[in-house]
Amino acid sequence: MILHDLISFDILRVIWWALLGVLLIGFALTDGFDLGVGALLPFVGKSDTERRVIINTIGPVWEGNQVWFILGGGAIFAAWPPLYAVSFSGFYLAMFLVLAALILRPVGFKYRSKRESATWRTTWDWALFVGGAVPALIFGVAVGNVLQGVPFYLTPDMLMPMYEGNSIMKLLGLLNPYALLAGVVSLSMLLMHGSAWLGLKTEGVIADRARRIGSIAGIVAALSYALAGLWLAFGIEGYQIVGEVVKDGPSNPLFSEVVRGGSWMDAYAIRPWIAVAPIMGFVGIALAVMGLRAGREVSTLLWSKLAIFGIISSVGLTMFPFILPSTVDPSSSLTVWDSSSSHLTLFVMLVCAVIFMPLILAYTSWVYKVLWGKVAEDDVTQNSQSY
Amino acid sequence: MEFGLVELSRLQFASTALFHFLFVPLTLGLSIIVAIMETVYVMTGRPIWRQMTKFWGTLFGINFVLGVATGITMEFQFGMNWSYYSHYVGDIFGAPLAIEGLMAFFLEATFVGLFFFGWDKLSRTAHLVVAWLVAIGSNFSALWILIANGWMQNPVGAEFNPDTMRMEMTNFFEVVFNEVAQAKFVHTVSAGYVTASVFVLGVSAWYLLKGRHTELARRSIAVASAFGLAAALSVVVLGDESGYSASHTQKMKLAAIEAMWETHDAPAPFTLIGFPDKEARETHYAIEIPYVMGLIGTRSLTEEIPGIDQLVAESKDKVRSGIIAYDALMTIRSERDATPPEVRATFEEHSEDLGYALLLKRYVDDPRDATEAQIQLAADDTVPGVWPIFWAFRIMVGLGFSFIAVMAFFFYRASFKGMQFPRWALRLGVIIIPTPWIAAELGWFVAEFGRQPWTVDGILPTALSASNLSITDLLITLTGFVVFYTVLFIVEMGLMLKYIKKGPYMDVEETDTWMERHSHRLRTHDGQGPFAETPAE
Repeated sequence: MILHDLISFDILRVIWWALLGVLLIGFALTDGFDLGVGALLPFVGKSDTERRVIINTIGPVWEGNQVWFILGGGAIFAAWPPLYAVSFSGFYLAMFLVLAALILRPVGFKYRSKRESATWRTTWDWALFVGGAVPALIFGVAVGNVLQGVPFYLTPDMLMPMYEGNSIMKLLGLLNPYALLAGVVSLSMLLMHGSAWLGLKTEGVIADRARRIGSIAGIVAALSYALAGLWLAFGIEGYQIVGEVVKDGPSNPLFSEVVRGGSWMDAYAIRPWIAVAPIMGFVGIALAVMGLRAGREVSTLLWSKLAIFGIISSVGLTMFPFILPSTVDPSSSLTVWDSSSSHLTLFVMLVCAVIFMPLILAYTSWVYKVLWGKVAEDDVTQNSQSY
Repeated sequence: MEFGLVELSRLQFASTALFHFLFVPLTLGLSIIVAIMETVYVMTGRPIWRQMTKFWGTLFGINFVLGVATGITMEFQFGMNWSYYSHYVGDIFGAPLAIEGLMAFFLEATFVGLFFFGWDKLSRTAHLVVAWLVAIGSNFSALWILIANGWMQNPVGAEFNPDTMRMEMTNFFEVVFNEVAQAKFVHTVSAGYVTASVFVLGVSAWYLLKGRHTELARRSIAVASAFGLAAALSVVVLGDESGYSASHTQKMKLAAIEAMWETHDAPAPFTLIGFPDKEARETHYAIEIPYVMGLIGTRSLTEEIPGIDQLVAESKDKVRSGIIAYDALMTIRSERDATPPEVRATFEEHSEDLGYALLLKRYVDDPRDATEAQIQLAADDTVPGVWPIFWAFRIMVGLGFSFIAVMAFFFYRASFKGMQFPRWALRLGVIIIPTPWIAAELGWFVAEFGRQPWTVDGILPTALSASNLSITDLLITLTGFVVFYTVLFIVEMGLMLKYIKKGPYMDVEETDTWMERHSHRLRTHDGQGPFAETPAE
C-alpha cells in the first residue's frame, strides 16, 4: 500500500470535498425532480388517471435516482466519518422525519395502483406528497442550520460527539427562521425542478398545471435565495481558523483553533471567482421560469439543473473549508482539513469512484434514453406493469 | 450516558435490521430465480416462461420495495444512533458501505425500473440482460454489506491511530478478503436462495393443491427445487466454514454457541441439546456426540477448543494489558509530539488490548482507576448470553438440514417422476414457507448477539458505541419505527396474498401468436398440447 502516496493527503481531501458536492448535487438533480413531482402530485393531478400518469413519469427511474442519496450517506461515512457521526446524531429527530418520509415513497409508488379502492389510492397520494415535500423542505432546513453552526462539541479525551439541548427542543431549535427560509429555497427549487420534468414528460392539462405552479415556485426560489444570501451577509457571523492552517495533518478537529468572526461572505473577497455559483443559480432560475412560461421542454429542465447546481455549490464554496461549524465550541468545528478519513481510505475510495462513476453515468443515461418520450394516459391504463 | 440508552439503541437497531432482513433474502433469491425463468423464455420462446417471469417478477417487486425502503434506514442509522462507533471505525467500515452503493445498489436500482417498465421498450435479449443485472446488483450488494459486517466480527487490515483516536485502514485487500466476510457472504446469499426457493415452491404447491395454474406451478417447482437443493447444500457447507473460522477468530462466540464452559481434551464432543446455565457454568441434561465438535471447529484431532472459563481468564489479562495501553494513550494524547519514545513503544506493545480497557468505561470513567472487582466484571462481560445463542443456533442448523431433505425430495420428483408430487408433500411445501425466514433471522441473532459485548470484536464495546441521545429521542423513534413498520408489513402481506390469489396474468395476444407459429410441433410426448391443464392430483 504505497500507491496512495501518489496523491497527497490535502489534495485528496479537496477532491473528496468536491465529490461530496457532486453526490449531493447528483441527488438534487435526479431524485430532486422525483421529490418535486411527489410534492406536486395532489395539485397537478386531479383525476386518478392523471395522477397515475404523473407517477409513471418517474415510476421507472426514481429508484435509481434515490441511490444518489444512499450513496451520499455511504460516501460521507467513508470519506468524512466525523461528519457522518456528528451530523446525523445531532439532527436525530429531523433525520427520523426524513427517513420516515422517504420510506413512504417506494411503498407509495409501488403499492398505490395495486388496489382499486379510491380511499387506498388517495391515502397513498398524500403519502407521496409527504414523501416529496418533507425531505425537500428538511434538506434546506439542515443547510440553514449548518450555515448558522450546530451546538455540538467533541470531548477532549475520547473525541466523543456531544450535543447541547434535549430531544424535542433540539428539533424545534432546528426550525429557526433562517433555517426555515433555507427550507423554502430548497422546497421551491425542487418544485420548479419537478414541474420542469413534468413539462417534459407529460402533455396537455397536466403539463400546463405543472408549468403554472413551477413558474411561481421558481420566482419564490429566486427571492428566497436572494433573501437568504443577504441575511447571511449581514445577520450571521462567520468562522475562521486561527493561526497556520495544517492541510495534511491527522483528522482531529481539536488540533486547530477556530473562532467566530467576520462574515461567510468574506469568501467572495478572497476567492471572487466563486461568485459564478450564485450567478448560475439566478440565471438558471430565470431561464427555467421563462422556459416554463414558453412551454419549452428539454432546455427548461437543463436550466433548472443549472440553477440547482449553482445554488448547492454556492453553499459549499461559501463555507470552504468549513463543513460543519460548532456554535458551542468553535474549535470542535469540522473542516476539510481535519475531518476526513485516512489518506489510504480516501485514495481507495477515489479509485472506486473513478472506476464506477463513469459506468453509473453511462448506464443511467442508457436507461433514460430507453424511457425517452412522453407518458400518455393510454400507456398507463393499458400496461399491466405500470404504477 | 443515560441508563438504558444503549439497550434502547440496541433494541432499535436489532428491530430495524431484522425487519430489513425479512425482505432481503427473498430479493436475493427471487431475483435469480426470475432471471433463470426469463433465460428459459428467451432460449425457448415459450410464452409460459414469460408468464412465469412476469408473475414471480410481480411478487419480487412487491417485496423488493420494502427491502429498499427499510434499507434507507440502515444506511443512516449508524450515524444517528451509533455516532461513536461511526467515528471510531468509519475509516474502515464506511468504505464497503459506500462501495456497495457505487458498485451494486446503483446497478440494481437503476435497472429494476426498466425490468418492470421495459417489456415493450426492449428486445427480448436486452430485457433478459436487465433482469440479470438486477440479480447481480442485488447479490453484489450483499457482498459489500457482509464485508462490512465481517470486519466487525474479525477486524483485520486496520490499526489504532492515537492522533485521531480511531481505527484506520492499513490494508484494503485484507478487509475485502477477510475470511469471515467471504464465508459469511456465500452462507448468507445461499440462505437467500433457499428462502426464495421455499417461497416459490410453497406458493406453487398451493396452486397444485387448488388445481390452479398447474403448468406454471410445476415448472416453478422444477426450477425452485433444483436451485434450492444446490443452495441448501451450500448454506450448510459455508455455515460449517463460518464455524471453522470462528474457532480462531471469535473463540468466545464459538464457545458460547456450544455452551463449552471448560476446555475439553481434544477432540471435544458436540452438545446436541441441553440447557446451558450461565450461573452454574454448566449445561444441564446435555446430550453429547463425542469428537464431533473438535472435528468441526478445528478440523483436527489434537487441537483444543478453549472453553468459556479459560477465555474469561484470558480476557482478564487483556483488560490489564489494555489499561497499560490506555495509560500510554492518554500520555500520547496530551504530550503529542513530545511523547517519550518509550511511552509510544509501550502503547504499540499493548494497543491491541486497548478495547478491553474500554470495557471498563461502563463501570468507571477512567479505566486506570478500575478496582480488581471492576476488572473481573469487565472480563465476565466478554461472555455473551449463552442459552439464547445455544438454542438459536440449533434451531437454525436443524432447519438448514431439513431444507436439504425437502429440496432433494421435490427435485427427485420433478426430475424423475414426471413432476408428479404427492399431496402430503405439497401440503408440507405450503406449511414450511415461513421457516427459512426463521432460520435467517436466527442466524443473524447468533452472529450479532454472539458478538456482544462488542460492536467490533475486541476493539470497541457496544456500551461505548452509542450516540449521546436522550431516552425520549429513542422512545420517539423506536415507537415510530415499530408502528410504521408494522403498518407497512401488513400492507405488504396483504398485497402479496392478493397477487398470489390472483395468479399469473395471461398475455393472450402473445400466447396466440406463439401457438400459431409453433402449431406444427404443438404436441408433447404424452400427446397433449403444451397448454392442456394436467388434472390435479
